[in-house]
Amino acid sequence: MSTLTQKRTRKDPKFRHITQQGGYLLLALITLITITPIIIIVSYIIRQGASAISLEFIFGFPTNGMKDGGIFPAIVGTIYLTVFTAIFAVPLGIGAAIYLSEYAPENRWTRSIRIAIINLAGIPSVVYGLFGLGLFVIFINLGTSILAGALTLAIMTLPVIISTSEESLRSVPQSFRVVSISLGATKWQTIRRIVLPQSLPGVTTGVILGLVRAAGETAPILFTVAAFYLPSLPTSPLDSTMALPYHLFVISTQVPGMPVEIQFGTALVLLVFVLSMQLLATLIRSRARAKRLW
Amino acid sequence: MGKFQKIQELFVSGLIKVSGYSAIIFVLLILYFLLSEGLPALKEVSVQSLLETRWYPIEDFYGLLPLIGGSIIVTLGATLIAVPIGIGTAVYIAEVSPRWAKEILKPMVEVLAGIPSVVLGFLGILAFTSLLRQSLDLPTGLTALTGSILLALISIPTIVSVSEDALDAVPRSYRDAAVALGATEWETIWKVTLPAARSGVITAVMLGIGRTIGETMAVMMVTGNAPILPTGLRDLFSPVRTMTATIAAEMGEVASGSTHYHILFFIGIVLFLISLIVNLTASAVVFRQRKRSERILS
Amino acid sequence: MDKIIVDHLSLNYSDGTESLKDINLNIASNSITVLYGPAGGGKSTLLRVINRLNDLADVESIEGKVLLADKNNNYTNVLDPKLDVISLRRRVGMVFARPIVLPFSIKENLTYGLKMAGEKNNSRLDHAVEKSLKQAALWDEVMDRLDDPAVALSGGQQQRLCLARSLAFEPEVILLDEPTSGLDPISTNKVESSLQELKQDYTIVLVPHSVQQAGRVADQAAFFLQGELVEFAPAEQLFTNPKDKRTEDYLVGRFG
Repeated sequence: MSTLTQKRTRKDPKFRHITQQGGYLLLALITLITITPIIIIVSYIIRQGASAISLEFIFGFPTNGMKDGGIFPAIVGTIYLTVFTAIFAVPLGIGAAIYLSEYAPENRWTRSIRIAIINLAGIPSVVYGLFGLGLFVIFINLGTSILAGALTLAIMTLPVIISTSEESLRSVPQSFRVVSISLGATKWQTIRRIVLPQSLPGVTTGVILGLVRAAGETAPILFTVAAFYLPSLPTSPLDSTMALPYHLFVISTQVPGMPVEIQFGTALVLLVFVLSMQLLATLIRSRARAKRLW
Repeated sequence: MGKFQKIQELFVSGLIKVSGYSAIIFVLLILYFLLSEGLPALKEVSVQSLLETRWYPIEDFYGLLPLIGGSIIVTLGATLIAVPIGIGTAVYIAEVSPRWAKEILKPMVEVLAGIPSVVLGFLGILAFTSLLRQSLDLPTGLTALTGSILLALISIPTIVSVSEDALDAVPRSYRDAAVALGATEWETIWKVTLPAARSGVITAVMLGIGRTIGETMAVMMVTGNAPILPTGLRDLFSPVRTMTATIAAEMGEVASGSTHYHILFFIGIVLFLISLIVNLTASAVVFRQRKRSERILS
Repeated sequence: MDKIIVDHLSLNYSDGTESLKDINLNIASNSITVLYGPAGGGKSTLLRVINRLNDLADVESIEGKVLLADKNNNYTNVLDPKLDVISLRRRVGMVFARPIVLPFSIKENLTYGLKMAGEKNNSRLDHAVEKSLKQAALWDEVMDRLDDPAVALSGGQQQRLCLARSLAFEPEVILLDEPTSGLDPISTNKVESSLQELKQDYTIVLVPHSVQQAGRVADQAAFFLQGELVEFAPAEQLFTNPKDKRTEDYLVGRFG
């Protein structure tokens, strides 16, 4: 017994305590390394870009070879793309989530669906661009268009929507479904009246986050949609369009003599758009959690 | 229940089932198009020449090695930076930080996750490259290292949030038991909690690596786009070019149906396969770990 | 005249739990039949067969017949695969062990089943709401806050709401699976006296949460042990003079 208590001094409680305090400090520093860039990035962009922001900037067209004027068409283009992406991705994604949560049996086919979703989630965005080019632009002959870009982005966004929606659906207590069935409702009635409405906040959050990510992507729209300069706004889904992320990319890499404030202004607009959507999604999620009736 | 209602019910569940299987259809579709536009490359260019070290499409040099090497070195650098920082941050947030700090830290990580990569690339070009150039006394700030650092910033949120979920999922009873046996909290974290969350953390890292390999814009903007094969770690300080950047940069200029065009699609196949392997391995790890714990707990 | 006839019913779940072995049982109408016994005996399983709720579970095999009589004494086999399960569940109502209120208002909880069946007439819906709440002895307490969320009610009130909800259809049979477990004695009392009144119009099958409750409310009692129906007799006879030794041992408390 005594040999155990006379072990090496590394087991000395004081040493262990110091190790713990040092360890905690180290972890805190590491976390600081993660957090500091975030603060620097956001504040730097705000500071450098705020001067460019004006009504004219947001609602005006680019002039003087992009070096002046506004970025309205890029903003509008991004909005169009996001809306059309939503039209395709949301029903499909929620439908797939409902299937996985409410209908699918635990068998090999369901597993392969899940594997497919994991794969879709992991495919690099530029490969989606290639796919979109090959299928939508060339094969289906949509040309470089909002439609081609939105379809590409929609497939890219599908995994996010499916997994967050499925999680939301599953979080609705099973007892609700049992009670509903015992009261003579059909499966679909149960889903439509109870499960889906109760999971709506979570589903909405997932949809918003997925769409926001799509809105910020450049690579998938490089070959499927994006144009650098269009004199007028797109009038149909078959038109190509400018878009914020692509615009930022081009003006920061391909245009010599581009005023720095305009670059930062564009970055700021994109950043504000993305972050405010994220904030909205978070608010929906926490408000729903507070209001929950179960 | 009326006949009409019955038909309606069947119709709706049919639609839902189709949606469910759509994921499989899309994966197969993507694979098909990549193959149909990429495989012709193998007919037009010998496999031998694909393994050369010169990528100079204008003169028909299609050696893929510098691009693969570029992707590898940038990913390696990013992973070396992101994994310790990401896991460390996750451990801090999940196990060490007080409740009020958690409420601030988690949203901040989510903010980082939300910043579009083109914005990071933009900042990279405008501010970061000159910073690196001056502080490390390099001929140019457009290097693999710059790319690695940006990629680390992009993948850290993924690593942090997935690891943090995994750590949170470890039952309280594990920790309580360890403390009851005399371990300090610090020892509990490293000897009990983290090992228990091992599969989730590995998944997090693999997802982070997957994101890193697949990232396009940020690397394209800051790594200098010089397709030179990196031969050692010292080449972290030289420009490189990744597979993803190659596709993005050159696709706009190729003639549809040309050899160059096919080869870019071929690179796409390579990227698809790499992400397939990474993601399947990650999910297999999770699945195996879950089976093991089910057996233990049953 | 028997409302439900269970004929050689055997059931096996995929995971081997709570199966039923060759159950034969006649449940008289307008009375309270109690299924009691230790846990895992198959009592809940039998209840769920009667309204085909076992369709939701992983059932490996099921044999035998469960015949349900309608107003003209015509029997239909509940287990018939061609049976319209939806209308069955409107003839047989169920109350669960824990009060499961739907995340709606009190009124919406009660009208849910009727609306799913297609009822749109508001006055008929309101009438059903009032009648079922009165039958469950809850009307006086909630009559002026029918639009409040149901979760705002106390545990006992919620369970009585669930009882009212099962009555909204005016079913023929009411199944109750340990309806008062977790309720305080006053709420338990209210539920039990409601049942005594309800049996005049409905056939009631109850799984009690204690033998004492069985003794209080039963007209007939069935003792279940590990999937087997050990003994079935009028309550007075079963509780005072059981024929099977196992019945007596359980009553006396030699096992539990």
